[in-house]
Amino acid sequence: MTNTAIASGTAPPAPGSAPPVAGGGPPPIPEFSIVPLRGIPIAAALLVGLIVAIGANNLWALTFFHVGGGGLWTSIDLFLGLIIGPILGRLSVPARIEFTVRFMPKMVVIMPTLVAMTLGAGFQLARHVGNLDANYPHHGWLVASYIIVGAMAVIALGLLEPANLAVLFELKKPRPNPERIGRLMKVFVYTAGITGIMQIATILIMTFLASR
Amino acid sequence: MTDVAGAAHPESDEIDRRQAGLPPVARLATLTLGLIVIGGIYMAAQIGRSVTLVPPLALAIAAALLLLVNLVMLARIKEFAWDTFLRVFGWSLLAYVTIAGILEYVFIYDHTPGRQLALFSAMLLLFAVDVPLILAFSVARYQPVAD
Repeated sequence: MTNTAIASGTAPPAPGSAPPVAGGGPPPIPEFSIVPLRGIPIAAALLVGLIVAIGANNLWALTFFHVGGGGLWTSIDLFLGLIIGPILGRLSVPARIEFTVRFMPKMVVIMPTLVAMTLGAGFQLARHVGNLDANYPHHGWLVASYIIVGAMAVIALGLLEPANLAVLFELKKPRPNPERIGRLMKVFVYTAGITGIMQIATILIMTFLASR
Repeated sequence: MTDVAGAAHPESDEIDRRQAGLPPVARLATLTLGLIVIGGIYMAAQIGRSVTLVPPLALAIAAALLLLVNLVMLARIKEFAWDTFLRVFGWSLLAYVTIAGILEYVFIYDHTPGRQLALFSAMLLLFAVDVPLILAFSVARYQPVAD
């Protein structure tokens, strides 16, 4: 993966990339909200739907929240780490800033919602179909998926989300520190890629179990 | 350090100097989270079996002690952006209490046996406090002190 810094004072631009900054002053940072309030009702509606699905113990609804949430979680992680990250590293500084202030706040709402959907519905779904029981013939595979998801949770909550928030607060400063943002963005993109790759292992296990 | 225009960044020295003096709150909190997750995995893997709860109990106690030590170390920091810390901690506490509440609801709904439910609840409580601690510290450590 390439450098995803907002600005790099020393690294030469990649061949064919846009020049870092024209003019003397720092690039303008658009106004943005760290937590996009318009997204909160959507996240809340999804969580209420999740609670209703668990309460009703409805197989379709639980499968929808688990597969839908897990699919989006994996796709976003992989797309961010393997596609968006390298592209971001080749954009001009103002373009990187514009992208970051529009993209990162959305992730503050989207990712915890998807994680809650996937794990909450997944636990109940496994309970519903009897996979959670220790006597389930493929229980070992299920425990392997717990371990992978547990490791992903530690990486996501211990590194990825803190880096996401720290970048947004840095960009809210009158004079953001580009090197600090660059370091934090690298952590964010690398950990998104790592969790995305770990998600592939989870998908392999889940599709194996679903086909038994 | 340079900013996007190539000039020295005025805040860099002060904030970067402070980093060396900060206790390893984020690392310890991530370790706490790891202990909680291992305990949760152990318990989830044993559903349907009658097994001892000593290993997850030991992990939960270790996580609680680590969290306590972390909070004490945090409280002893003199130069820190407490306003930012408390703002981020409060909002993320609300978010993670909601997530922990959903998981607690699942355990209660599924009639999880009393002792296991108590241990799951304790772990969820630790989780709901520990994650906001990681998030708030990770943000506040890079903020100016007089913000």
